Amino acid sequence: MATVTLTPTKTPELMLEANSVTPDAFAGKNAEQIATLECREGKTHVTIGDFFTVSGNAGATAAETDIVIAGDCTRVKYIGSKMTAGTVTVNGNADMYVGGWMKGGKIHIKGNVDSFCGIAMEGGEILVDGRAQNHVGCAYRGDWRGMKGGTIRIKGDAGNDIGTFMLGGTIIIEGNAFIHVSTHAEGGTVIVKGNVDGRVGGQMVKGTIYVFGEIKFMMPGFKKVDKVDLEVDGTKATFDHYIGDLGERHPKSKGKTVFADLYLKA
Amino acid sequence: MSEIKGEILIKGGFVIDPAQNIDGDIADIAIKDGKIVERVSNAAKVIDAKGKVVMAGGVDVHSHVAGPKVNVGRLIRPEDKLFKSGVAHAPTRMEMGFSVPSVLKTGYDYARMGYGFVMEAAMPPIHAPHVHEEIHDTPIIDEAALPVFGNNWFVMEYIQKGEIENTAAYIAWLLRATKGYGIKIVNPGGTAAWAWGMNCLDLEDKVPYFDVTPHQILTGLMQANEYLGLPHSIHVHQNDLGNPGNYPVTLASLKLAEGVKTKNKFGREQVMHSTHLQFHSYGGDSWATFCSKAKEVMDYVNKQKNITIDLGCVTLDETTTMTADGPFEHHLHALNHLKWANVDVEMETAAGVVPYIYSKDVVPNAIQWATGLELALYSKDPMRTFITTDHPNAGPFTRYPRVIKWLMNKKSREAVLASMKKSDKVIDATTIHTIDRELNLYEIAAMTRTGPAKCLGLSSYYGSLKPGMIADVAVYDLNYKDMPSDPEKIESAFLRAAAFVKSGEIVVRDGEVLSHGHKKTVWVNPKMKENPQVKRDVTESFTKGYYTVGLTNYPVREYLAPHPFVIDVDVEA
Repeated sequence: MATVTLTPTKTPELMLEANSVTPDAFAGKNAEQIATLECREGKTHVTIGDFFTVSGNAGATAAETDIVIAGDCTRVKYIGSKMTAGTVTVNGNADMYVGGWMKGGKIHIKGNVDSFCGIAMEGGEILVDGRAQNHVGCAYRGDWRGMKGGTIRIKGDAGNDIGTFMLGGTIIIEGNAFIHVSTHAEGGTVIVKGNVDGRVGGQMVKGTIYVFGEIKFMMPGFKKVDKVDLEVDGTKATFDHYIGDLGERHPKSKGKTVFADLYLKA
Repeated sequence: MSEIKGEILIKGGFVIDPAQNIDGDIADIAIKDGKIVERVSNAAKVIDAKGKVVMAGGVDVHSHVAGPKVNVGRLIRPEDKLFKSGVAHAPTRMEMGFSVPSVLKTGYDYARMGYGFVMEAAMPPIHAPHVHEEIHDTPIIDEAALPVFGNNWFVMEYIQKGEIENTAAYIAWLLRATKGYGIKIVNPGGTAAWAWGMNCLDLEDKVPYFDVTPHQILTGLMQANEYLGLPHSIHVHQNDLGNPGNYPVTLASLKLAEGVKTKNKFGREQVMHSTHLQFHSYGGDSWATFCSKAKEVMDYVNKQKNITIDLGCVTLDETTTMTADGPFEHHLHALNHLKWANVDVEMETAAGVVPYIYSKDVVPNAIQWATGLELALYSKDPMRTFITTDHPNAGPFTRYPRVIKWLMNKKSREAVLASMKKSDKVIDATTIHTIDRELNLYEIAAMTRTGPAKCLGLSSYYGSLKPGMIADVAVYDLNYKDMPSDPEKIESAFLRAAAFVKSGEIVVRDGEVLSHGHKKTVWVNPKMKENPQVKRDVTESFTKGYYTVGLTNYPVREYLAPHPFVIDVDVEA
């Protein structure tokens, strides 16, 4: 494995769109070449070297490349987006679209992330030590094909629209979430360890939600069917089992209607 | 009409111009002050076309490129722009989208393909100001728009009473008010029935309240069109679009043209243009028995000389369907569960928008793909058969080069067919695998420029390289004498013209846009004696509050179409 370290040298005036900060783009390049990779600030073309000092050469492939950003990226978007392998670690905050459309590898953000973290993700892992803004693991605006695979773990709280149009994969919010969880989902799993304000599973067709805390306002389209003992993310507990959203169309499998499942800790 | 000055000589290319029966002769094309001329001086700018094909600028007979429903498509599909919004490089501005591109991308992409004229295929009359604003903002290409009449309350009332003269007078007023080009008919009667949650799937289905049938609407508007002597014929999207077993309704609609004579001074020979025929050429009675009836439909079209058609080829892309056929869009939404927008347009029409993914591995989609190509390959008259994708309904217009590739190269069709998951089922339901025909460049030129120009009554301006024509000239990197064996080269040559001269200005070189050109809005001004009854009826509809706007706010104002190219029609009645 080879480690490339980016040290921020200045704060972008606009947001820096750093689509090229991925192990895939770095692979096979030395520090000098990495510094010349293109990014955008507004409508202008800039390079990684305009905002970071680069030390260390990348590995031959993405899988052999670790990227460490030794500083704050509050104004840097698209870190690790579309990456397929390797790792990215940010020793601070990151802006929007961390790990968006990601297919593999690992991202570790030691601070907070802004919105659209793991949007339309297909595989790999994202770990955020702090909190996340809105749209964690959701679909791109307008798209009906959301997160397909991989895992996103947010250790703090998250905002609204978590797992919208989700098709697969897992999202774990260890803190509280605001509103709209798994809206329109047709698969995948969302686990909220804390409380949710409401609109959990609206228009949900398939998929699973676990809530350990309270749901302040339950959707009327969910019906309690039974009580079950489960182990969820390493915790054993008893959950009330709801199915829904009864107002939405549902597919049939082997003659039985398939509903989305919502497990609320009893 | 042209303010462009200067001389250009396109030198030594293989010229193809069906209007003059020129097929691959090596010749120079001279251009002066925006027009094609016999010769130019030595001072002319020279474009070397040696070893390349030279054709008139493309003419698109049917494309949804401007107006409220296109904009609804853009609004409900932000994902259509995802990763498809490149950075602008001067002199062009930022381009966005794929199936519903931004106005800038629309203009640039047509120009890159060497197209000079595009017909917006469905303008809701009350929203004509919006259509014209978007047309004006679309660079380079000349455009016109067809207002929709087939579900208009005035039209249905006049036709119900058998009043052709009043129908014609209303059409004349509306064309002037909307700066429209001709008579578009979308699902005659069916869209009006949709306001009651119903549809007209057959020619004899009655429209609720109005007590007319699609049969009467089509016949009445065809008569009114010839009464006015408009440049274009009625332009028909027939009933029962997209459903298995719809081809008998298609043939019945086409038969309404039998015995009807054209009356116009624009060189048009047809009395009916049947659009996106692919969507209307299906057999079977369910999606399981769905099959192509392209052969049966084209056998009729081939012998009935007073109709023209365009294909509406399915290009196997993710796209956005949009049509004034409101009930159809609801039907489609119920099939694919994707998002649906629906609009009712006062006394005039309706519209719906639904995204759609045409997959080669979904048998009905694959059959649709074959059906569109079969129509072209069974055509005996390329001057009456035009290449379209009903942009964006069956695919984006940027796939015309791909359609051309499939039509010109059997190997490329077979490769698609072989790559289909259920190609055996597709082969059972179509005949494309039995067709050896490969269209030549002359036929392609007829289908993409000369034919459509004639059908639109624009053959004095577009679609040919005769002296006196508007200087729209496309140069494609294809050697007429030595066509590439790799079919991909056909597609890439038509996708990015080696050069495109629009109205006497070089706007594209090597597929790169160089200029925003001097676009024109083309509209038809029928000059007809004032008809007091129609004037009273129209005025009342506004004063009595049937419309939500006032009569003075209804027409398209001059500033919205600041570069008009007006075609006057003296109505002799």
